[in-house]
Amino acid sequence: MDRFKLVLQYFQSNSESISNGICILLSLISVKLYTSFDFNCPCLPQYNKMYALGVMFVPPVILFFLGILVNRHTGVLMEEYVRPLGKRNKNPAVVKFLLSAVMQRSLLAPMVWILMTLLDGKCFICAFSMNVNPKHFTGMPNSTGLELIKILAKVPCKEDVIFKNSSFRKAVSRYVRCYSQAIGWSILLILIFLGTVARILKPCFNYGTFLQTRYWSNYLDVEQKLFDETCVLHARDFARKCVMQFFESMREDAALRLPLTYALRPGQIQSEGAEEEEDRLHGITRLDQVDHLLQSWYECKPELDVTKMAYKPKVCITWEDHNGKVLFSEV
Amino acid sequence: MDKVRIMLQFLQANQESFMNGICGIMALASAQMYSSFEFTCPCLPEYNYAYGIGILVVPPIWFFLLGFVMNNNISVLTEEWKRPVGKRRKDPSVLRYMFSSMTQRALIAPAVWIAVTLMDGKSFLCAYSATTDLSEFLNESHQNLPKKALIKLQATIPCKDVFDEHAIISRDAATIYIRCLSQACGWTFLMVITFAAFLMRAIRPCFTQAAFLKTKYWSHYIDTERKLFDETCKEHAKSFARVCIQQYFESISGEIVPQLQLPQKKGKGDKEEDGEKQKSDEEKLLGVRKEEDMNKVLWNWHSCKPPLNISKRAQEANGHVHSYSSSFSDEYITQTSEKKTAVAYYSKV
Repeated sequence: MDRFKLVLQYFQSNSESISNGICILLSLISVKLYTSFDFNCPCLPQYNKMYALGVMFVPPVILFFLGILVNRHTGVLMEEYVRPLGKRNKNPAVVKFLLSAVMQRSLLAPMVWILMTLLDGKCFICAFSMNVNPKHFTGMPNSTGLELIKILAKVPCKEDVIFKNSSFRKAVSRYVRCYSQAIGWSILLILIFLGTVARILKPCFNYGTFLQTRYWSNYLDVEQKLFDETCVLHARDFARKCVMQFFESMREDAALRLPLTYALRPGQIQSEGAEEEEDRLHGITRLDQVDHLLQSWYECKPELDVTKMAYKPKVCITWEDHNGKVLFSEV
Repeated sequence: MDKVRIMLQFLQANQESFMNGICGIMALASAQMYSSFEFTCPCLPEYNYAYGIGILVVPPIWFFLLGFVMNNNISVLTEEWKRPVGKRRKDPSVLRYMFSSMTQRALIAPAVWIAVTLMDGKSFLCAYSATTDLSEFLNESHQNLPKKALIKLQATIPCKDVFDEHAIISRDAATIYIRCLSQACGWTFLMVITFAAFLMRAIRPCFTQAAFLKTKYWSHYIDTERKLFDETCKEHAKSFARVCIQQYFESISGEIVPQLQLPQKKGKGDKEEDGEKQKSDEEKLLGVRKEEDMNKVLWNWHSCKPPLNISKRAQEANGHVHSYSSSFSDEYITQTSEKKTAVAYYSKV
């Protein structure tokens, strides 16, 4: 019994810790992706902003969708949301809880990417170098005959010839990068602050309901896992029986060349293993039975009441005296 | 029971995570192959496009086919597709499910290659440098170059050491511009496939969840059944060989042992374990003792698969006479299944 408890606890903690692990892995992937991505500002007035803001916002959207995709709870959530009512009522609070959990985990990797771009500064410099007022900076190269905006647009490109022997480019980059980092750190601070406040204040609001919804959302997850596992076990036993039966059906009586009777076939001893196998099949032994089972699992989920199974009456022998009074009974 | 549960969970997870692991390895291999591949653009107008697009498109096809080859389930799928109907009808949705899950896994490595190629930009640069409109980067004094000469010049842009017309066109600016286009294409490509995958996986439960559960179960069943059949055949071959050799020795030694007496042999002074082992060998033979019978087993496994029905009634239906009506015999069978007694039926002699 204790072992069983340990196993179940492991299951329970495992699902959440797996989700957390995947979430963190995705964040690390986003960091690696950013560092290996070769940022390539076009240094042209009409394309700078588009490119930089694209690099800042398109990968987070991709990472967000990816986060939702790889999260196991998305499947649980969608199934619970779209299933027919069946014998089990739907609890919208559970669906909302699952949705918020999925969203929170999926938003981590995009936030990491956005913060990295802001703290690094390259995107910001590319996008907003043209919005800088050049009067604050000395050494602007004005001998090239290019317009001001084109010069400013070239600031992100280090190798451009017009900036040789000039500190103008470095000064502007540094200025814009400061802005970028300030915004990045502010966003980080706000997020951490919000997270802390939410955590501290959570017990103040409907904590009882929260405990219930958390229990039932975890229950749905474990139930789905156990169902899949039971199906796997069942399929294995079904297959084993099917193969055995097939071999035996090919069998012929050596002398008479006719199928042997059931009783005369050697090796038909019901061993312990066969007993257990039959139990695992739970009486589901035909194609249409399996199909019906799987169909009704979706269309008509069973009610949340296991009293019948938990308190199954056991077969016992009761000794009564001649008046009908029960003396004692044993299992 | 707990141990079985943990082991099975691990196995099931293991098979899926094994396939996912192979996917991941192939994706990493494709990224690594790209970085170690030495890209050399020909820098000639006639060949640039072919080379650039070739590098973009041919290795993904190769990775896709490799993904199919490395997936063990391809033979399961083909067998299920090609087998005669026999006693078991075919379910096209199961075939479709197996094919689609294999295709999804095989598409990951090609997608990684295409994404990495587009992000890097070299192949795009090579393919499109000659034909893109780079008039912005031309120096004003050379705006009126003849088209052919311009194309030839632009074709040399990808090659740093070949390009020498820095006065006419700014190579760095043009390179950066084309690489931007390439990266924009790459991000768009990633966005499109991620969104498509999201639609398929997250929105699918809205449409076909019940059918999906069925097809998932039966495709897993087909896989398990095939493995178990192979295992049973191996066990049978072992036992067959053992009994065959034993009988050969016995025939040489002059003792002729009729078949039906074999189980009694352990009383004849053999050791307990030998008798036990022989008994289990007999059981493992499952009654198939001749070459023709075994050939028939193997032939029928493909050409006439057994029906998906292992209830006791089906077991008794092998050539016996039912003297009862079907409803009565059903009741009888369900009652006797709990009691474990052997019931005598009469054969068709």
